[in-house]
Amino acid sequence: MPVSRSKETATTPGGGSAAPTSAPHRRAFKLRGDLAIAIVVLMPSIVAVAIFIYFFIGYTLYVSVVKWPTLLPDYTFVGLQNWLNMFQDMRFQIDMRNLVLYAGGFMTQCIVIGFLLASLLDAKIKSEAIFRTIFIFPFAVSGIVTGVVWRWLMFPSSGLNQLFETFGLGFLKSKWYTDPTFGILAVTIAATWQFSGYVMALYLAGLRGISHELKEAAAIDGANTWSLYRHIIIPLLAPVTFTAVVLTGMGSIRVFDIPAVLGTGAAFSTDALAFHMFQLTFQSNKMSAGAVIASLMIILAAFLVGPYLASLQLEEAQ
Amino acid sequence: MTFQRLWSRSAIYFVLIAFAAWYLMPIYLMLITGLKTYDQVSITNMWALPFPLSLDGFSQAWGKVSANFGNSLMITVPAAVISAFIGSINGYIFAKWKFRGSNTLFMLFLVGMFLPYQGILIPLVQTLMALGLYGSIVGVIFVHCIFGIPITALMFRSYFAGIPNELIDAAKIDGCGFFGIYRWVLLPISFPAFAVVLIWQFTMIWNDYLIGLIVVSNPRLAPVNVAVKNLAGTYTTQWQVQMSGALLAALPTIVVYLALGKFFMRGLLAGSLKG
Repeated sequence: MPVSRSKETATTPGGGSAAPTSAPHRRAFKLRGDLAIAIVVLMPSIVAVAIFIYFFIGYTLYVSVVKWPTLLPDYTFVGLQNWLNMFQDMRFQIDMRNLVLYAGGFMTQCIVIGFLLASLLDAKIKSEAIFRTIFIFPFAVSGIVTGVVWRWLMFPSSGLNQLFETFGLGFLKSKWYTDPTFGILAVTIAATWQFSGYVMALYLAGLRGISHELKEAAAIDGANTWSLYRHIIIPLLAPVTFTAVVLTGMGSIRVFDIPAVLGTGAAFSTDALAFHMFQLTFQSNKMSAGAVIASLMIILAAFLVGPYLASLQLEEAQ
Repeated sequence: MTFQRLWSRSAIYFVLIAFAAWYLMPIYLMLITGLKTYDQVSITNMWALPFPLSLDGFSQAWGKVSANFGNSLMITVPAAVISAFIGSINGYIFAKWKFRGSNTLFMLFLVGMFLPYQGILIPLVQTLMALGLYGSIVGVIFVHCIFGIPITALMFRSYFAGIPNELIDAAKIDGCGFFGIYRWVLLPISFPAFAVVLIWQFTMIWNDYLIGLIVVSNPRLAPVNVAVKNLAGTYTTQWQVQMSGALLAALPTIVVYLALGKFFMRGLLAGSLKG
């Protein structure tokens, strides 16, 4: 406050003594009032986020440690009993194995394909906009539509298998989602179709951020394309890769729509945590069992999102 | 050198075209299957072109999903508009009215973007029942508006952060207060931000399945993606109906994407927090 007043008097030499002191004072007062209005206007959103996100998360965690076995609420505390029961459950164990397979398959495909396509599009391609539009459009298509169409594309006695046979690629034939062990990997192919364009867009934005001088300097330096990528481009794009890992990891934890279309499959081979949670809670009314899986999904998500948001906060602080 | 260059350029185009074909294949399949009659649809003739063309599949599917298509419009349009409006106010506050702890508060908002919805479904249903919103389209709109708060605040905050503070200060000196600055300074120049947010929210809400499934149990009130999923479950061998229904459900968001791709791309980057 003293600083601004001295500035004011310095810039208006010979001004009346009353006006320069009272005007900033009044303005400061009004600003504080406007800041108060801002906080009041923000308040409904703060309350909504506090209840619908934070309180609800806490409530779900709470339901996972009470009895509540049917539709009627029963808040008898049972500790970790529901969790221990869930860990014994065969379907849950398969879900966890599916999550590992799904995350591995989905993340690898999205990152490899996304990076490959972005690098190719960055090589001064004619009609780049058309390719880009085609690669990204599946992201505008819903998970249900993706599931419905890929269920037919991967129909074992038809679809892709038939196409492979026609083109003499019979060795590529697969049981797809009907495979009792690796059915979940077929789900990742459909999910990658939908999401890899997004990852490509992230990498393309990252590549556009690397200066041409840097790439050209490396080229003149005699760096061949491979070492240019290995030593300069891939390390520079590490933040993009981190983003892609977080987004595809989140996608792996919450995948629901495609398994909902395919069903749980033979021996739960296309089941997912989110679908299991849905069936337990809303079809079998096993609230606490559903809450265990829901809580686990939140905890898994927190492990990914925590470091991500922390890194963003560091970036912003710099 | 030139020969090598020609070879490598051809290889690049070959890979790009192959991937383009891969990405377009499902749409092609939906189209050729949807235009077939039931007699033409068979497992062995999946890739055959439809001849003669028939709109039976589409008219049958439309009869089954048109009401839900309408529901989706009644959900998506208001929800996108309301959440864009809320987001513009919140983004304005987070960008231009910083108070102690506002950045931390903003981070706490962002957590909501990454929340797996399963994590809050149980209390959500209980709360909606208590509020009398369960089972209604208004309830679905309400839920989408609440869970749109983080992403819309983020998108508008990034946009408004790029507006010079001098502009705000000048408006303050002219006597504009909190609402005046929003109404007369920021709103007139925020068309691009509204376009990005409206398109993003439209796409996300239209494509939602889980919230629609949980909040409205009555299939007649359900959004279109719930209906398409049910269609695929009932018409198991009538692939022409399934594919037509899926294509109809996908059409609005694809049209919006093709017409306004530039804004969609910006939404993609903002959605990853890297805008």
